[in-house]
Amino acid sequence: MAPNSNERPERQIMDAQEIQRSLSRIAHEILERNRGVGRLVLVGIHTRGVILSQRLAENIRRFEGSQPPLAELDINLYRDDLQARENPRVRPTKFPVDVRGKRVVLVDDVLFTGRTIRAALDALSDLGRPRQVQLAILVDRGHRELPIRADYVGKNVPTSLDEEVKVRLTETDQAEDVIIVKLGREVK
Amino acid sequence: MTTPDSMALGNDARDMALTDSASNRRNVLDLDDFSAEEIFSVLDDTGAMVEVLGRDIKKVPTLRGRVVVTMFYESSTRTRISFEEAGKVLSADVINMSSSGSSVDKGESLLNTGLTLQAMGVDVVVVRHPHAGAPYLLARHLPKVSVINAGDGLHAHPTQALLDMYTMREKLGSLSGARVVIVGDVLHSRVARSNLWGLTKVGAQVILSGPTTLMPLDLLGGRGELEEDHPFAQVDVDTDLDRAIQGADVVMALRLQSERQHSGFLPSLREYIRRWQVTEERLGKANPGALVMHPGPMNEGVEISTSLAHGDSSVIEAQVTNGVAVRMALLYRLCAGQGNRIGDDP
Repeated sequence: MAPNSNERPERQIMDAQEIQRSLSRIAHEILERNRGVGRLVLVGIHTRGVILSQRLAENIRRFEGSQPPLAELDINLYRDDLQARENPRVRPTKFPVDVRGKRVVLVDDVLFTGRTIRAALDALSDLGRPRQVQLAILVDRGHRELPIRADYVGKNVPTSLDEEVKVRLTETDQAEDVIIVKLGREVK
Repeated sequence: MTTPDSMALGNDARDMALTDSASNRRNVLDLDDFSAEEIFSVLDDTGAMVEVLGRDIKKVPTLRGRVVVTMFYESSTRTRISFEEAGKVLSADVINMSSSGSSVDKGESLLNTGLTLQAMGVDVVVVRHPHAGAPYLLARHLPKVSVINAGDGLHAHPTQALLDMYTMREKLGSLSGARVVIVGDVLHSRVARSNLWGLTKVGAQVILSGPTTLMPLDLLGGRGELEEDHPFAQVDVDTDLDRAIQGADVVMALRLQSERQHSGFLPSLREYIRRWQVTEERLGKANPGALVMHPGPMNEGVEISTSLAHGDSSVIEAQVTNGVAVRMALLYRLCAGQGNRIGDDP
């Protein structure tokens, strides 16, 4: 950690309750925009997007009585920076429904450069031609490198490039919050 | 984690660490330098590749702009086509180099061919060679190329072992504690040798069976040459197949090459068939649901009965299908993480 910083190396920007409220609001917004669950598919991007998509689907089931189908997308085969990634793992894409003609809501934890979403759009179009693709994100931290924006945002968080936003969910991280970590390194 | 003892089973081709670390692998030469963890992570990636192969349009852009050359100095159908398909599904450019009619059997010309390919900017060389150690020679002298061993002499065939293990794990659920009986000409089998490394690392129990003349010497009898903590020290040899097969979860028959009979390894083919052919009757002594495997090409009616080879217990076709996915996972692994960091991405 950078000793020359007066800030704490780690600060919380969302707690468990705020995450829950955001997901609940986003679920309502998805229903409002799409007028119900008809032809809707929630697509989680591995790893935390998958968990968030499951929670959104559960919320939608509680509000609406029926749940949209869930799918999982792994975008590692579509990255534009394969050479730069060390020991990348691929997880299975699981798409139990035909994507053609569906309103797809991509779900991920953090929106940053937009490159992950670019890869996800490529991965999705290899599976078929959806009617529409929307994007739901828990934290938008800015610094886009591509013309991509989210349709549903849990929280907008201004960040600097030497910070990292970490979404921690009980299923994967033994914690339930969103934190910003100051990285002790120079930014190119 | 690498195993220091690379001399087991009479192989002397390796004395060097050709990979920087398990997490940033450059070559796939044998499974002796794979940790159990890395094997499992390859098998997990393979599952993701199986999904890609199940799509209507089997094509992902992952290795666009990469060049894979297959150099086969020995005949092969499935391995070569499997690598070619794996590369093409991942959008790599795959070039098949043929050795037929050329005098490429000498180490030096193999090396010069490799240097030529490296100078052309090839990313991955897949090599099969009749001489053990040939892929190691290439790996040692070609720093800019990844080398995959597709079978070298009697030494190793790591991609076959990985596809065998993937198939076993897929069908059995777990490899740990699985009882795997490998039957036949183990002595001349690079498939068996690589499987021994892989299976012992992931905690399977391996039993070798076949004529005494075709068992590896250092695993026979008192195992004089093996240290007690060597992974192969846990491997059993039982020349009585009817006894060895009891309680087996997997029975893997190896190809019996006809020339073995003429070089004094076998009294007669008839005796071999009578004592070591994998048949339905013998499979009845294995565990219910036991898998029948064969690395191919098969001599039906010799090491395996025809009805068993095409019966319900046989996963031989699944092995071939999974072979493409395993090779995709390895090509992906070798091509990823090679360059400098060019971006920062969440």
